[in-house]
Amino acid sequence: MATDTMRPRTLISPAQLGRRRGKVVYWCVFALVMVLFTLVFLGPMYWMVSGGLKTTQEFVKAPPTLVPTSVHPGNYGDAWRVMDLAKLLGNTLYYAFGALAFQLVLDVAAAYSLSKLRPLFGNVILGMMLATLMIPATVLVVPQYLTVLDVPVFERNLLNSPWVIWLPSVTNAFNIFLLKRFFDSIPQELLDAASIDGASALRTLRSVVLPISRPILGVVSIFAVVGVWKDFLWPMLTLPDPGKQTLNVGIYSLASGVPENWLIAALTIASLPTLILFLLFQRNIMSGLTAGGLKG
Amino acid sequence: MSAPTVSKSSPAPARAPHQLPVRRGSLARAVQRNLSAHGFLIGAVLCFSFFSWYPMVREFFLAFQKNKDGRTTWAGWSNLSYVFNDPAFWQAWRNTLLFTGLALVLGFAVPFLVAVLLNEFRHGQGYLRMLVYLPVMLPPVASVLLFKYFYDPGYGLFNRILGIFGIPDQQWLQSTSTAMISVVIAATWMNMGGATLIYLAALQGIPGELYEAAELDGAGLWRKIWHVTIPQTSLILSLMFLMQIIATMQVFTEPFLLTNGAGPEGSTMTVVYLIYQYAFNFNNYGGAAALGLVLLVLLAGFSAVYVRLSRTQED
Repeated sequence: MATDTMRPRTLISPAQLGRRRGKVVYWCVFALVMVLFTLVFLGPMYWMVSGGLKTTQEFVKAPPTLVPTSVHPGNYGDAWRVMDLAKLLGNTLYYAFGALAFQLVLDVAAAYSLSKLRPLFGNVILGMMLATLMIPATVLVVPQYLTVLDVPVFERNLLNSPWVIWLPSVTNAFNIFLLKRFFDSIPQELLDAASIDGASALRTLRSVVLPISRPILGVVSIFAVVGVWKDFLWPMLTLPDPGKQTLNVGIYSLASGVPENWLIAALTIASLPTLILFLLFQRNIMSGLTAGGLKG
Repeated sequence: MSAPTVSKSSPAPARAPHQLPVRRGSLARAVQRNLSAHGFLIGAVLCFSFFSWYPMVREFFLAFQKNKDGRTTWAGWSNLSYVFNDPAFWQAWRNTLLFTGLALVLGFAVPFLVAVLLNEFRHGQGYLRMLVYLPVMLPPVASVLLFKYFYDPGYGLFNRILGIFGIPDQQWLQSTSTAMISVVIAATWMNMGGATLIYLAALQGIPGELYEAAELDGAGLWRKIWHVTIPQTSLILSLMFLMQIIATMQVFTEPFLLTNGAGPEGSTMTVVYLIYQYAFNFNNYGGAAALGLVLLVLLAGFSAVYVRLSRTQED
């Protein structure tokens, strides 16, 4: 954090904070907020991790215990085996990174074409893509579901296949918009220089555009992976086969059949990957959220 | 659920293919350029055609069609009138509007106040920001089931906490009067991180001189918030307000997981859950599409205002 002198002026004046009374109030509010926020936001995670260590009897006991009276790390192993979490985790990773690959290739190519190559009717196509953002996603779920049951022209049923996650994930107009806006800011002279050197459009994309675009590619990638990881309704509808399910849907459908402490251990395991991703890429995620327009 | 800021117009390209000076062979070059440009586009365009544009058109057709014994016929307005005459329709709308209203009070005001508070801190801001955003990264099934345990009237944590303050036990999700507010509290906890960070970024853009000027005029804390902070962030506040409405009116996952969708006596049944029921429990795709159309028309109004506002932000 920046020091007092480096900080821009905010609501409370530095003079007021500098006074004795100001200091006391500041530190009291600060301490209160630190404790309260830690309890509200980390408390549930602690409860989740420690709940997974309790016995079933202790877990459903009233009043709940703060610290497990006896520690049973074996619950995690049991949950892992009984709920076949390895399978669910593998599925989810497969869908998430497949979707990431499709979005990186197709959406980046599309944004590059719309921004720099500017084909005829490019603006019409961009407009039609952005128009999809005006349609509430939940309204489209029913016609989309009917479409994947019998994809026109190809006459294929995509139910229970990874394509049902990957291909619709490409229709992420928000990511295309973010990428195009970033590509728009790359000076044309840079591309002209590459083209004078005889580079093809693909070569220019690979050697000039992509290396400069790392920050935005990072943001888009994180949104893509987290989007698949957090999605619930679509995978529940389109991947009904228990062997093909995602973590979210799989745990939900098994929830009533296992003891509570195993379930809570499974939830901890399911939460770990995105939490680790968040702790590693905190800076990128937070800056992407605010710099990349609005997404909440 | 998100709508972006839409740029008004892109700067004219330096070398748009159709603006090339007419020369021998320039037509062939233009065609080649266009072919290669469309080659880059084709993958995304195909995906949009099959999984976005076609379903959009199909939504309109479905709403006016009937499917009986495998034969599809035109149904006119009968799907819509069926939906309007379903008592669940009005209940679902009442619930959805209640959810939206409560979610605006909690999910709109709380992140803004938290952002104003955090922005004043000279210490620990990074840690507090991380805390607020942490739940956004959890898979919804984890956060929702956690809250389900907290809400449990028997061994749940929340009744214990109320007990400390001498408040009698609540039934939370199991009572018609508290089920919806319980869902809203859980949803706010899960989703407030994004809004808080966006407000924080907006607050940091307020020039400090404005506060100094207000102080010279003798403004106290509340007047500074009212006359400087809120006007200076009004655009982002109104954008987030609209986005909250658009997002919360489509609420599905939280009530679906917390109360199995309908809740006690249908008290948490939302419009999108009703769409889900029509389509996947009753196989009434026409009804689902008609109901979707009603939601779409309503939300399109909000989306249009959003796009207009976000354009002013770009300028």
